[in-house]
Amino acid sequence: MAIFADSNTRVVVQGITGRDGSFHTRQMMEYGTKVVAGVTPGKGGQTFADAVPIFDSVEAAVREEGANASVIYVPAAFAAGAICEAADSGVELIVCISEGIPVLDMLRATRYVADSGARLIGPNCPGMISPGKAKLGIIPGQIVEEGPVGVISRSGTLTYEVVWALTRVGMGQSSCIGIGGDPVIGTNFIDCLDAFESDPDTEAIVLIGEIGGTDEQNAARHIKEKISKPVVGFVAGQTAPPGRRMGHAGAIISGSSGTAEEKIATFKENGVEVAARPVDMPDLVGRVLNG
Amino acid sequence: MNIHEYQAREIFRQHGMPVPPGEVATTPEEAEKIAKTLGTGVVVKAQVHAGGRGKAGGVKLAATPAEAREAAGKILGMQIKGLTVTKVLVSPVEEIEHEAYVGAIVDRANGAVVLMASPEGGIDIEEVAAKTPELIFKETVDPRYGLLPHQASRLAYKLYAGDPGRARQAADIITKLYASMLGAGASLLEINPLITTKSGELKAIDAKMNIDDNELFRRTTIAELRDVEAEAPEEVKARAQGLTYIKLDGNVGCCVNGAGLAMATMDLVKYYGGEPANFLDIGGSSSPEKVVTAIEIITSDAAVQSILFNIFGGITRCDDVANGIVEATKEIELKVPITIRLTGTNEDEAVKILEDAGFSAMTDMDEAVQKAVELAKN
Repeated sequence: MAIFADSNTRVVVQGITGRDGSFHTRQMMEYGTKVVAGVTPGKGGQTFADAVPIFDSVEAAVREEGANASVIYVPAAFAAGAICEAADSGVELIVCISEGIPVLDMLRATRYVADSGARLIGPNCPGMISPGKAKLGIIPGQIVEEGPVGVISRSGTLTYEVVWALTRVGMGQSSCIGIGGDPVIGTNFIDCLDAFESDPDTEAIVLIGEIGGTDEQNAARHIKEKISKPVVGFVAGQTAPPGRRMGHAGAIISGSSGTAEEKIATFKENGVEVAARPVDMPDLVGRVLNG
Repeated sequence: MNIHEYQAREIFRQHGMPVPPGEVATTPEEAEKIAKTLGTGVVVKAQVHAGGRGKAGGVKLAATPAEAREAAGKILGMQIKGLTVTKVLVSPVEEIEHEAYVGAIVDRANGAVVLMASPEGGIDIEEVAAKTPELIFKETVDPRYGLLPHQASRLAYKLYAGDPGRARQAADIITKLYASMLGAGASLLEINPLITTKSGELKAIDAKMNIDDNELFRRTTIAELRDVEAEAPEEVKARAQGLTYIKLDGNVGCCVNGAGLAMATMDLVKYYGGEPANFLDIGGSSSPEKVVTAIEIITSDAAVQSILFNIFGGITRCDDVANGIVEATKEIELKVPITIRLTGTNEDEAVKILEDAGFSAMTDMDEAVQKAVELAKN
């Protein structure tokens, strides 16, 4: 098993003909993901890569091809609209890779998705991968391997670093979820923790956080109360100065809140082991898996 | 993006907020002229992107135009938290009866805008939150419906209970604050203090506004408010190339793909006893040109004793980065050692490109960071 997406997931790609969309759709298909449709308004009736029918709307892709998940690669200006369109069309899972979406747009889009009952991952994220089953997004397929570790992260390349370190020592993953680096996102740490908790194939969970906001602190308290599986944490940004946006829109220490120090302390107070360096992660996971 | 107080006041004014008159001056003579036109005692305030202006001596009262010139002369050119003051706001002195606070922020945890108000204005709101949290009142705005009239009224009556005259003014101000937020694409706005004058009038005499950078593509007039003089020139140059650069105080220059990995790399530099000189994210799909700019920016910092590249190739191709490094070092003579770590997409090609050009490449992040830290000490 895996969480959120597996070999039964039927993907529609919004923005399939764009530069990023077309490149990553091919990568997803090569990985074995069932990409059943694409959407680019105005290009309905065409075919992508001689295999994937293109539609003018997500609604048509769902109706004609039975898509039940969407991956979004459209430019920031249209991305919040694309999220709402996907939610309105009845897909269960929406993965939004696009970055740079205005936060005021995301306030409405996340609310719209919640009202529709769909799950949104992202935006501004690498998406997710369930090794050996499905890849929805841009996480490189060659660095993952099937196994018992669930990975949740606010980052992209830092996640790859940690996942690759796990894979190299033979610790495969059940699913890896990049929840995104924006201040307002769909699925959060707690949603993923709960899903991994109920997934029989996940035995340990890796949580990669960073400065800004209170999601890690809330996750730490939730782990203590509700999660029986072992969790190992990491927090990036111990040397980040306050008040500066460190690349990700959400990675900013506001006043005195959202520091790495505060997050690490909250993890430790709640019994979550924290790796000092990414390279320490496999050892810690090995310890909690065996102990 | 931060904007200056005088710019935030202008946005408030456009939304009908009661903001006192005042203009910005870049020379003492201009300040004198503005004070003369206003015809009252004035306050001269430094316009910099830093808090604690008052404590730093960046806010001065002046009873006459001559005093305004003198005050501006002292403030202009002054350094506040490392930033040089190039502009002052000259505004009438107000007779203050009471100071309150009103603000609006995007509350990440709730995924909603939260409006806040406190009768304890004039001081840092974080301090009020820490000491007397019961004196901060909040209303969460449902993004589907926007701010509802009763929410503005409820906050206003908490601020000025038993004083309908002031409460009605406050409800109007709170409504306009929310409208300003939507109008400017702000992620944070504060009026601190919102004053009551001797005659019972409310006025917004200080304004703070942060604009969501992601809004700028569709708000050209707001984007033009960016004061590049108030930013480090390297940061401006980096942004123009689609890079994110933030200067820090250390001597190990870092160049990384991805924000999370860039932060983790800085942390590792510190872990191994060094100090990072900067945060630099070259982003996803990296062209060699971006890498050239990155090296130009890092080497323009005289404090840098050692350069560290840390690349995890996914979408970023390691050979692109390698080509960029080779290209850049043809144009710029490196005076400090460079340590290159890359792994992932097209790693083998990258290693060959680098070795042909006389560089060596590493694949282990920790080893590379340790080496870069050691080299910075020599």
